[in-house]
Amino acid sequence: MTNIPKKADILFSAYSVEPYQILKDAMKRKKEDIIQELLDSGLRGRGGAGFPTGMKWKFGAAEKADQKYVICNADEGEPGTFKDKKLLTDVPRKTISGMAICAYVTGATKGFIYLRAEYRYLLASLEKEIEVFEQKAKEFGLDFEIKIFMGAGAYVCGEETALIESMEGKRGEPRNKPPYPIQNGYLGKPTIVNNVETLASVSMVCRLGAEEYKKLGTSDQKGSKLFSISGDSPKEGVHELELGMKVSDFVTEYGDGDTKAIQVGGVAGYCIPRKKFESTIIGEGQTTGGSTLIFNSTRSMYRVLHNYLDFYAEESCGQCTPCRVGCQQLLKGIEAVKAGTKPPKYLDQLMKLSNTMNLTSKCGLGQSVTNSFTTIVENFREEMIF
Amino acid sequence: MTKTNELVKKLVEEHGVARESLLPVLQGIVKEERYLSKEAMRDVAEQLDISAAEVYGTASFFSFLDTEEKGKYIIRVCKSITCDMKGKCELVRTMEDILKIKVGQTTVGKRFSLLETNCIGLCDQGPAMLINDDYYTKLTPVKVREILGDLIRKTS
Repeated sequence: MTNIPKKADILFSAYSVEPYQILKDAMKRKKEDIIQELLDSGLRGRGGAGFPTGMKWKFGAAEKADQKYVICNADEGEPGTFKDKKLLTDVPRKTISGMAICAYVTGATKGFIYLRAEYRYLLASLEKEIEVFEQKAKEFGLDFEIKIFMGAGAYVCGEETALIESMEGKRGEPRNKPPYPIQNGYLGKPTIVNNVETLASVSMVCRLGAEEYKKLGTSDQKGSKLFSISGDSPKEGVHELELGMKVSDFVTEYGDGDTKAIQVGGVAGYCIPRKKFESTIIGEGQTTGGSTLIFNSTRSMYRVLHNYLDFYAEESCGQCTPCRVGCQQLLKGIEAVKAGTKPPKYLDQLMKLSNTMNLTSKCGLGQSVTNSFTTIVENFREEMIF
Repeated sequence: MTKTNELVKKLVEEHGVARESLLPVLQGIVKEERYLSKEAMRDVAEQLDISAAEVYGTASFFSFLDTEEKGKYIIRVCKSITCDMKGKCELVRTMEDILKIKVGQTTVGKRFSLLETNCIGLCDQGPAMLINDDYYTKLTPVKVREILGDLIRKTS
């Protein structure tokens, strides 16, 4: 039986309540209450790692420091992802209001929107929105200012510690964790880094309440989520869906009728082949980045994987050896197998290498190469060889 | 004082001499001069009181901070998966034909640079490209000819 994926209309719905009214109402509540509401709602970070937002804020609020920062991570670089751009274009106030609620709860007085260089065309409209916000903040008596920091073109800077390094004027190389940004972030101060969609969702949780918000989604993943859909689909674009749907239902609705595989969670995510559509649920036990690439049967999965590895080899920051050398070797390796200069068995060696990268790389970039690599090589082995 | 000196001085006055001003200062230079010359980087290093190697090290990390001279129009064609599937290669070939350069090169008159870039977040409207800060979507070879033709006429 197929079910149509349940559409939700929360994040993009028109302002039934002005976002700054949500902020005003939130500021009348106790800080602990808001944190509890977020914990109850089960909201997880929407950038990809999926850390519970309420926990992050709880730690942020508990830190003692003369200065704290809130950073809105708009360095949306995952191939196939464009939801944050749409949020910042269509409903920027929901995100800005989320930042301000975070500032109120954690006691931060300065905030930044880290906007990727590729989205510079959004700068002018965002600056205007910030002016509007500053008026409101003054009116509500909230001591919080927001600035926009432009990125300079590096995928790895979406990783929060690399993002902070680049803001400090250094190469965007991820730091060792711990300490986490929550203890030691921008300029050594406690810093709460949240994705654009997470912050907009916070506004929505505050408006609807945890009980109402929780009604959407499954036991593991609460609420609604934006999916950036692209590839072989007649319905490309950003769609807001409830979490917890079967891949087969998703493909029936958004595929072109000839879907061979989908990639969930961007290049850093997993490839799901047709034979597993029935048994896989999107969003459970996987990354929540929300990018879904759809491939039909005319696509060569070798070419897809080659494209991914080329991307990784270029975007690896080069700081740690497993990732720097591993990405290049995986790329060379699949080329060699395809050319016949290495035997098909060599693919098993490469899979071992990708597992080693997963265990030993310093940040999420090197660690997640194995996700797409193994799921593509295992499921489309013959395409890698012939 | 050269033009670059003056620009660096102005930007440093605007953003401050702290290390965290480095990226905004470099971005300001790229905006005006389209790339970071050795002179500019040395100047920034002096003003911020850090070594020139640190400045170069940071600049060379980021794809939007070029350390080689670029054209007036920097074309960045998205090469990530969806745009690739939708015919990016054909676009690149068309542009190479028109501009008589290969990917990564700049035309002799420093008018155009043709680059490939990773995902620019326009996957649902691919194939896509950026020319300086503006974006172009759903491209075809015909459309690309028109866009480049307009820019060529504008600058000649």
